[in-house]
Amino acid sequence: MTVLHTVNKSPFERNSLETCIDHATDGSAVLLIEDAVLGAVAAGDIAARIKAANGIKIYVLGPDLAARGMTIDLVIDGIDVVDYGGFVDLAATHDTVHAWM
Amino acid sequence: MKFGVLVNEGPFTHQSSDTAYMFTKAALEKGHEIFRVFFYYDGVNNANALSEPPTDDRNLVTLWSELAAEHGVDLVVCVAAALRRGIKEDILAPGFRISGLGQLIEAGIQADRLVVFGD
Amino acid sequence: MSDLPPIPPDDDEDDFGVVKKFMYVNRRAPYGTVYALESLEMVLVAAAFDQDVSVVFMDDGVLQIKKGQETADINMKNFSPTFRALEGYDVEKLYVSKKSLEERGLTEEDLLVPVEVLDQAALAALMDEQEVILTA
Repeated sequence: MTVLHTVNKSPFERNSLETCIDHATDGSAVLLIEDAVLGAVAAGDIAARIKAANGIKIYVLGPDLAARGMTIDLVIDGIDVVDYGGFVDLAATHDTVHAWM
Repeated sequence: MKFGVLVNEGPFTHQSSDTAYMFTKAALEKGHEIFRVFFYYDGVNNANALSEPPTDDRNLVTLWSELAAEHGVDLVVCVAAALRRGIKEDILAPGFRISGLGQLIEAGIQADRLVVFGD
Repeated sequence: MSDLPPIPPDDDEDDFGVVKKFMYVNRRAPYGTVYALESLEMVLVAAAFDQDVSVVFMDDGVLQIKKGQETADINMKNFSPTFRALEGYDVEKLYVSKKSLEERGLTEEDLLVPVEVLDQAALAALMDEQEVILTA
């Protein structure tokens, strides 16, 4: 099964993003939504974790970035921005969705 | 694609029910089918017709009811979770129905994808 | 949970002819939030549908099945004995994260049900096999 992982809590609030990446296998995708979009622009440890997760494709939900006053140029290289339509596409093109809260 | 959606949180306190709604709406706009939206844990509060948010902000309860009216989306509230939280037939918003957890499991079985929104 | 749902009869009433791999992932401690209790209720009801069910306890979720929960002084019902009923409902595939146990100073001996302890890679591989993943 190919898995789309969704993470909605900020990496500064909860360990869910870290735990998700620890359990996401190569070929899976991670979509950052709601407060987790902070993980897409972060510096420090979490950015290092994300950059090291080579086999995992990471996406961030654009509307949630904009809502929190963040512009796309701040997003870590290699992370793709999608909208809700893109979220639906990711859910459709992966076999299973795993929501980490 | 046939989607099942599980909503774990009530409106306003957490963004999850907004995200669930936006996802559901986007899926319908792309021509997908929504098999069912199931509300569990505090998610049952999305069905509360007594909700009265300020008029210059979105009314999630109404938005869900509109999805049911315009697209025939099946909105199901778990009876056990609803009882705990005082969500009863007489305050149920239009388009919602109260039923058992079996409806969620059925959605998992019958839909192609089950997407969970929570906190 | 004084009234457990009845153990489902072995008939075809809820048989859709489809068997999917369902996984329930528990990551939260009991009592601080309701998720542990209501997730367990979900697993029990789901048992009637004869799907291929796995239940995972990881992060603080390992505390849900810890022995010795004394809840009288927080005025809440101790629902942990209900985990022992899972076997009777044919829900036997219970998994626990090795890392989560160790981080919390726990061992298998501290748990009130038989489980399979998995390391990160094994747990990740198991999650990859699932068709429906229910989380809270």
